[in-house]
Amino acid sequence: MTKDSNLSTIIVWVQNNPGVLFKLSGLIRRRRFNIESLTVSHTEKPGISRFTILVRGNKKTVEKMSKQLYRIVEVVKIRESYDKEIVARELCLIKVDTSKKEDRSDIMETAKHFRVKVVQIKPKYTIFELTGNEDKIDAFYENMKKYRIMEFVRTGRTAVFK
Amino acid sequence: MKHTGAEILCKSLILEGVDVIFGYPGGAIMPVYDALLKYPKLRHILVRHEQGAAHAAEGYARVTGKPGVCLVTSGPGATNLITGLADAMMDCVPLVCISGQVSSELIGNDAFQEADVVGITSMATKHNYLIDNPSEIAKAVKEAFHLANTGKPGPVMIDFTKDAQFAKTEYIKNLEVDLPGYKPVTKGNFFQIKKAAEEINKSKRPLILAGHGVLISKASSELLSLSQKADIPVACTLHGLSSIPNAHKNYVGMLGMHGNLAPNVMTNKADVLIGLGLRFDDRVTGKLDKYARQAKIIHVDIDPAEIGKNVDVEIPIVGDVKSVLEDLMPLINYANHKDWLEEFDKYKKEEEEKVIKVETKPRTGKIKMAEIVSCISSSAKSDAIIVADVGQNQMITARYSTFLRPNSFLTSGGLGTMGFGLPAGIGAKVGRPEREVWIIAGDGGFQMTIQEMMTIVQENLNVKIAVLNNNFLGMVRQWQDLFFEKKYSQVHMQTPDFIKISEGFGIKAEKVKERKDLINAIGRARKHKGAYLLEFEVEMEANVFPIMPTGAAVDEMRLE
Repeated sequence: MTKDSNLSTIIVWVQNNPGVLFKLSGLIRRRRFNIESLTVSHTEKPGISRFTILVRGNKKTVEKMSKQLYRIVEVVKIRESYDKEIVARELCLIKVDTSKKEDRSDIMETAKHFRVKVVQIKPKYTIFELTGNEDKIDAFYENMKKYRIMEFVRTGRTAVFK
Repeated sequence: MKHTGAEILCKSLILEGVDVIFGYPGGAIMPVYDALLKYPKLRHILVRHEQGAAHAAEGYARVTGKPGVCLVTSGPGATNLITGLADAMMDCVPLVCISGQVSSELIGNDAFQEADVVGITSMATKHNYLIDNPSEIAKAVKEAFHLANTGKPGPVMIDFTKDAQFAKTEYIKNLEVDLPGYKPVTKGNFFQIKKAAEEINKSKRPLILAGHGVLISKASSELLSLSQKADIPVACTLHGLSSIPNAHKNYVGMLGMHGNLAPNVMTNKADVLIGLGLRFDDRVTGKLDKYARQAKIIHVDIDPAEIGKNVDVEIPIVGDVKSVLEDLMPLINYANHKDWLEEFDKYKKEEEEKVIKVETKPRTGKIKMAEIVSCISSSAKSDAIIVADVGQNQMITARYSTFLRPNSFLTSGGLGTMGFGLPAGIGAKVGRPEREVWIIAGDGGFQMTIQEMMTIVQENLNVKIAVLNNNFLGMVRQWQDLFFEKKYSQVHMQTPDFIKISEGFGIKAEKVKERKDLINAIGRARKHKGAYLLEFEVEMEANVFPIMPTGAAVDEMRLE
């Protein structure tokens, strides 16, 4: 998991009404937290959505904010979670310029090392898909930086409890 | 039989026990105004500005304990409510506000008088709804009333599209509230209550801090029993005022920036603080890292987010103040804290000598605000509902009024909304017509919502208005005086002829310039059958003391 001790994962279960995302992000903004990543999806329960929010801030202020999130009527449950309690993943897609022959084998070698899936190979570029924790994605990104990255996108953290 | 959405709204309001609506019509709410004619049980009070409707509904809610109801049109009608919503949110006042919205096919198209009401009010309400289907309105009203007046009370907004007001559907009465995420805890954890009782029983220097929560949960008699049984002094926050009779020997005064010296100083000497339904906000605590470091803090509040928000708490108890006190009482031992109570007297005497006497019994000079307030309060035998605006007039009114029964003092505490007083007083009189209502405002705040004078006349409300005119925005001037080297910036205020204005509205008025006329003028106002305005020419550059300057601790109050 990420080693950054100032990152907290807050998992919030909400009634899936329009406007809930707005209210949650509004409250987080009000406490002047920056959202590192946020994912929303349906859950095993109909009508209930699950937010995985990664925020930066010390434990005490994150705790205070979580308590305030309960004031939102649609919020059913909140868990602030420590990295050791969860299995967290994110997915990234990266499109790298592989038109230069001399780079190609190095890029492919690195991709193999990271066990990255090749999604598409074209004469001008290759698209990779990587699933893992943030550190793994960061590391792969760092390795690719010396080549020309044409597009890079990641989903943000999503997590389940152990 | 099918009904229109507008009719279902009216029926649902009646089902919730609504008898008064404060509102202002307009295009997008016309179907509801048309339906109102069929439901005379719903008394509609036509305000002169939607902000006035919100504050009037707040005044109504705070004296009756029932949610106040507002009805406004789309766009500017709804945006004019926002200050009132934010005010109610901060001060935990239950409101249910309904705004018209443009027809659903127009939403998002920047239609005439369209505003994103759900978006705009999201941060200023406890909850809000956009209803675009008549079959959803009954449930929304039911939930709105439940949300507004349970847990930590607050405002709920229902934005109702015009097409849904027109459309017809079946009216289903017996709906269940379905809010899986909303389950306020009212009963305190018994283990925590036991721990609190042990601390209170061990304590040699306990102090109760009574906040708005005591009044909201109707726990005045429980508060009194606890204070008497264990002989504990009680200090009130601004919103806690009137939760205990001022005359009680255990009442030690008001907390906060302009509160009384004794309770503020003694906060830093107590060994146990029992906080009941208060937020420990910055005006009460002063400098946080010098606040009650020596004391164990017991904090009872219905909102878990309030506990530990500002001060570190040893014994948190989430629950309704009344319920928690009922569970706590049997565990409390009889005690006598005579010596501890006597320690308050020293500071009480000091404040009496240096401030109170000077303010309430001057012999010379212009009239002082404090003499007016204490004269009104004593003329009404401490039994009036006193509504203060915001600023010096508010702090003086809070300091020098006396109260014998609960819900007798209203003001805008959290948001500090100038202009709150006049409309809130209207709401208070509508809610409690049998009680004497005094509105006390400065010349600045009075001019902010002065148009509501006409609402008073149209509704024939018997409220008494005292305008304390010092031709200044007094509190800002005081701060410029004390903390900005007396460089006055935009605080001098020309005022109109309030007497002529009042008479123009149709309210009898008189101006009081001399100290000797005070009692008689107030007597005439009280005796007059109907609204009455008194304008007092008060000392221009008087400061409110004591003061706990920003950054000072509770025991560092200045008396001069």
